[in-house]
Amino acid sequence: MHWLTLIRPGDWLVMLLSAVAVGVSIPVFWQGGLADRAIIRQEGKVFAEIDLKARKHFEVAGPLGTTLIAVEPGRARVVSDPSPRQYCVKQGWLMRPGEIAICAPNRVSVQIAGRTKVYDSISY
Amino acid sequence: MTRSVIELTVTAEDRRVAWLATAAVGLSLVDAAIPSPLPGVKPGLANIVTLVVLVRYGWGTAVWVSALRVLAGSLLLGFFLAPGFFLSLTGTTLSLLTLGLARYLPARWFGPVSLSILAAFAHIGGQLLLARAWLIPHDGVFLLTPVFAAAALVFGTINGLIAAKLLAEPAPTEAVGLVRR
Repeated sequence: MHWLTLIRPGDWLVMLLSAVAVGVSIPVFWQGGLADRAIIRQEGKVFAEIDLKARKHFEVAGPLGTTLIAVEPGRARVVSDPSPRQYCVKQGWLMRPGEIAICAPNRVSVQIAGRTKVYDSISY
Repeated sequence: MTRSVIELTVTAEDRRVAWLATAAVGLSLVDAAIPSPLPGVKPGLANIVTLVVLVRYGWGTAVWVSALRVLAGSLLLGFFLAPGFFLSLTGTTLSLLTLGLARYLPARWFGPVSLSILAAFAHIGGQLLLARAWLIPHDGVFLLTPVFAAAALVFGTINGLIAAKLLAEPAPTEAVGLVRR
């Protein structure tokens, strides 16, 4: 209680704004920015490029059947897929730039993209 | 023994700056003794002195005390003219410039805590820019920005609170100074 009296009203404002600045700096400086697009590929070709703003469902046809992809604000995932091992479905929500779920048997993939390109690895 | 021709008159202001700078250097040493998880993340306790001096004696005295602190602190810790010295100097310069502007904020609303947080952000901002421009010329340096910014917020708030606490008490330094002289 004693220490709180030393903080003036404007100080709270400065603390709040600083905390917001710190919060904003995390996605800006880490992981190549916020996730803003999802790229769905079929047979290696771009099937759809979606802004991660609205709720949408996509049905992508492949050699084994239909892959169902869900897009929500800020994230995307493979809901169902006919592939035998279900790896891409088990990956769950993808929300950071560079993340990708590949349903190889059905030849469909979903990738998240941000403002800047993120690499899996870089060698010099 | 020949008497010195040069007479240096030491004013009360000089003595005050010297005492305050000594306190700041002492806190710099304490700062350096505290283990840090990451180079650059430090409490910056000496900034408490800078804040108290700024509010009590004005910006000019704060600049003197800070400059002497950076110089003497780096000599004592052995990094004078090493990269760390220039990082320290840049950070201090930027935070002093920020304080120079921030002291015009209405005192009724913005106290030492605000000044401290703003100075801490300026400090780390200056250091990051110098590191990017000179020491590590790669944007990878900025990956550490969120960590540094969070540290600036936390330590800036704590230092500001300590400074506010010290400033809430009446100034005792003059009397102590007289006795010690």
